Amino acid sequence: MRDQPKPVLRARGIDKFFAGAIALDKVDLTLYPGEVHALLGENGAGKSTLIKSLTGAYHRDGGTIELDGTEINPRGPVESQKHGIGTVYQEVNLLENMSVSDNLFLGWQPVKRGMLDHRQMHRRTREILKGYGLDIDPTQLLSSYSIAIQQVVAIARAVELSGKVLILDEPTASLDREEIELVFSVVRNLTARGMAVVFITHFLDQVFEISDRATVLRNGCVVGTRKLSDVSQGDIVELMLGHHLEATKRKASHASPGDTILSLKGYGKRGMIAPFDLELRKGEVVGLAGLLGSGRTETCKVIFGVVSADHGRAELRGQPIRLNSPRIALEKRFGLCPEDRKTDGIVGDLSVRENIILSLQARQGWTRPLKRSRINQIVDEYVKALDIRLASPNMPIRLLSGGNQQKALLARWLATEPDILILDEPTRGIDVGAHAEIISLIERLREQGMALIVASSEMEELVAYSSRVLVLRDRRQVRELGGEEITTERIVKSISQGESAA
Amino acid sequence: MMRSPRLALYITMATFVLAFLIGGSQYPTMFSSRVVANLLTDNAFLGLTAVGMTFVILSGGIDLSVGSVIAFSGVFLAVILRETGIHPLVAFALLLMITTAFGGAMGSIIHYLEMPPFIVTLAGMFLMRGLAYVLSTDSVPITHPFYDTIQDVVWKAPGGGRFRLIGGIMILAYIVAMLVLHRTRFGRNVYALGGSSATARLMGVPIARTTITVYAIGGGLAGLAGIVYSIYTSAGYSLATVGVELDAIAAVVIGGTLLTGGSGYVAGTFFGILIMGLIQTYIVFDGTLSSWWTKIVIGGLLFAFIMLQKALGWATTRGRRPASDSATQS
Ligand SMILES: Nc1ncnc2c1ncn2[C@@H]1O[C@H](COP(=O)(O)OP(=O)(O)OP(=O)(O)O)[C@@H](O)[C@H]1O
Ligand SMILES: [Mg+2]
Repeated sequence: MRDQPKPVLRARGIDKFFAGAIALDKVDLTLYPGEVHALLGENGAGKSTLIKSLTGAYHRDGGTIELDGTEINPRGPVESQKHGIGTVYQEVNLLENMSVSDNLFLGWQPVKRGMLDHRQMHRRTREILKGYGLDIDPTQLLSSYSIAIQQVVAIARAVELSGKVLILDEPTASLDREEIELVFSVVRNLTARGMAVVFITHFLDQVFEISDRATVLRNGCVVGTRKLSDVSQGDIVELMLGHHLEATKRKASHASPGDTILSLKGYGKRGMIAPFDLELRKGEVVGLAGLLGSGRTETCKVIFGVVSADHGRAELRGQPIRLNSPRIALEKRFGLCPEDRKTDGIVGDLSVRENIILSLQARQGWTRPLKRSRINQIVDEYVKALDIRLASPNMPIRLLSGGNQQKALLARWLATEPDILILDEPTRGIDVGAHAEIISLIERLREQGMALIVASSEMEELVAYSSRVLVLRDRRQVRELGGEEITTERIVKSISQGESAA
Repeated sequence: MMRSPRLALYITMATFVLAFLIGGSQYPTMFSSRVVANLLTDNAFLGLTAVGMTFVILSGGIDLSVGSVIAFSGVFLAVILRETGIHPLVAFALLLMITTAFGGAMGSIIHYLEMPPFIVTLAGMFLMRGLAYVLSTDSVPITHPFYDTIQDVVWKAPGGGRFRLIGGIMILAYIVAMLVLHRTRFGRNVYALGGSSATARLMGVPIARTTITVYAIGGGLAGLAGIVYSIYTSAGYSLATVGVELDAIAAVVIGGTLLTGGSGYVAGTFFGILIMGLIQTYIVFDGTLSSWWTKIVIGGLLFAFIMLQKALGWATTRGRRPASDSATQS
C-alpha cells in the first residue's frame, strides 16, 4: 500500500519550549498518503503539543514543515485548514452555545447572494452526520446532545475540512464501540482516497486495528517509528514507557468484604435510571458496565446526589439517609470523580495544588483553611503516588496534558480520604503505564477497606479490579455478576443480550 | 451554562405585548399611532446604542464608553458646525470615522494587550467625556438649516402619529444588525467568540479581527446614536447622556441576551428598548408617579429576566439527550 515514497507531510526538527520545560525536542514526523499514523506516548509526552505546533495553534520554536514538498508555515488553525489539514484537538470540543450545523460549518458556511444559506447548511449537516449513523436535528444547540455526539460532530467537521491530512487527538475517548466502528470506516474511506490520518489514542487495540505505522514520543523526543505489522503491543508499550509492563490480571483475593456500608433499595430517578438495589460493603469494588448512555454515569450521579433520586430508600451504616445533594455526600465521606473533567471537574485557571485540595477544603469549610505545610504534604504525596507530570504544582491545571489533568482530579478525591469513592471512567485518556498504576491503586484502596463504585467502558479493567459487576442497559440494571462469572465474555454477553436479572 | 435562547426572546416579546395591553387598557390613547411614533423617536438614540452593545455583549465583552461617546459626538458636531462652514453630512462622516476608530482602538487594546473589556472601556468612557469637556463645557445649540430639513422629514400616520427619520434609522439599524449577526460569517464568529474564545480560535475564527470589528461597530453605532441625539435635541452638551451605557446594557439583558456572551438575539434588544420606553410612557400618562419609578421598574424587570435566564439554563441542561436516543441503531 505504501510503495509511493513521496510523503504528504514531513515535519523535521520541531522544537517547542514552555517556561521551564522542553515540550518537544527536535521531533520528526513523516506522513505518507493513504496511511493511518498513530502517535503514541505517555501522558505529557508531547503528543498534543506536537499537533498544536504543526497546525499553528502554538507558535513552534524550531523546525520545518513540508506539505507535498513545499514548505508551509501555518500561523494558526485557519491557515492549516486552508492547507487541507483538518484537526480535532484534544479537550477543546466545539461551541456548546451554537447549533449543530453552526458548529459543523463555522468559517466555511455555504453562501448564497452574499448571505449564509441556512437551508443548505442544515440539509448538508443532516447528510454528513448520516454517514456517522447520527440522525439529529441540526438546528438544535450542540449542548443539548451528549458528549459522544459532540465528539462525532467534531470529527465530522475535521473530516470535511481536511483535504490532505486529518489529525485526531484522542477522538474515541468518549465513544462506544459502535461509534468507533463508524469513525474507523470513515477513516478507511479517507485513506483509500489517499489522505493521511494521524491518530492519537491510549487504546492500543484500536491502534493495531486501524493504524499502519506508529511514532512513539517519550518526554518530548521521538523514540522510534515502527511499522505495526512488524511489532507486538508489548514492544510498543516498552517503547513508550522505556520498560516492560506486567499484564494486569485479575487478583484472586476478592474473598472477604466487610460490613455493608451503603444500602440502596428501589433507588432511581425517572427518566434517568430505573430503580435498582445496591448493597455496598467495605473493601469491595462494584464495577458498573454498559454501553454509553446505558446509565453508568446516571447511577453515579444519583448515588452522589448530583441529581436527587425520586424513588427508593438509602441507608448508610444502617441509618436512613437522604442523599439529595453533593454537599451531604461530601460530609458523609463520599467522593465522586466525574466523567467529564472539562465541565464538571477541573478549574482551569487555578493551580494544580488548589485543584487537588479543593474538595478537602470544601469539606472542612472555607472558614477553616488548611495549613500551608499540610497542603504541600498532601499535594506532594499524590503527585508522587499518581506520577503526575508537572513543572510545578503552582502552574494552572489547564496547562497539564489531558491525562495528567485526569490524574490530578483523581488526587483531589483521594485527598478527602473518602469511605465510599465513586469513579466514573477513571482511566479515560490515561496512558498504559498510569493505567496499570490506577488499577493497582484501586486494588490498594479496596484492601485498605474503602468501598468503591467504578464505572468504566473498558471490560478488561473492570475484570481486573471488580468484586462484583453490575451490568446496565438502557438505563436499567440487567444483571449482577460475581466471583467466577466476572470475565470479559460474560460482561459483553450480558450487555448485548440484556439477560434479565437472575 | 446553556439555555434555549429562542424561548428567552419569546418571553421578552410576550412581556412587551402584555405591558402594552395593560397600559392600553388603562389609558386607551396608548394604542394611538402617536404614542407608537413617539416611542420610536424618543428611544432612537438609545436603540442604536443598544444594537452596538448587543454585538459587544454577544462577543463576550462589554462597552462602558458609549454614553460618553454620544455626549462627545453631540459637542463635536455642535462645535464644528459653529466654528467651521462644513456641511453637516461631512461632519457626520468625520465623526463616524472618529468613533469607529476609537471603538476599534479599544478592541485592539482588549485583544492584543489581553486587558479586560470592562477596564479598557471604562478608561474610554473617561477619555471621551473628558474630550467633550475640552471642546466645550456649556451646552452649544445647533442652528444649521440642514438640521431643520432633517427634522422636517416626517411621515404623518393616520391617527396623528409623526414618524420621524431618526426612528426609521434605528429600525433600519436593527434590520441590518439581524442580517449581519445571523446571515454572515462575521455574525456567526461573534457568537463563537462569545461562546468560548479558546475554542473559537482552534476552530479557525479570526479572533483579533472579530474582536476589533465588534468594538468598532459599538463605537460607530454610538457615534450614529450621537448624531441622532444631536438631531433630537438640536444641541451638544458634554454632561448629556450620563449612564446611557447602563440603559443599553439593561435593554440587551431584558432582551434575553446572556451577559456572558454567545447567546441572544438583537431582535430581543429591540423589544427590550420598547419595554423600557413603554414603562416611561406609562409613567408620563399616569402623571402622579415620579419618573424615578422608571428606574425601579426596570431594576425589577432586570432582576426577573436574570432569574428567568437561570431557570431556562437549568431546564435545558437537564434535558440533555443521551447518545443512545438519537444514534440510529444499525
Ligand atoms: N502552555 C503550556 N505551558 C507550560 N507547559 C505546558 C503547556 N502546554 C503543555 N505543557 C506541558 O507540556 C507537556 C506535554 O503536554 P501534551 O499536552 O503535549 O501531552 P500529551 O502527550 O498530549 O499527553 P496526554 O496523553 O495526557 O494528552 C506536559 O508536561 C505539559 O504539562
Ligand atoms: Mg494530549
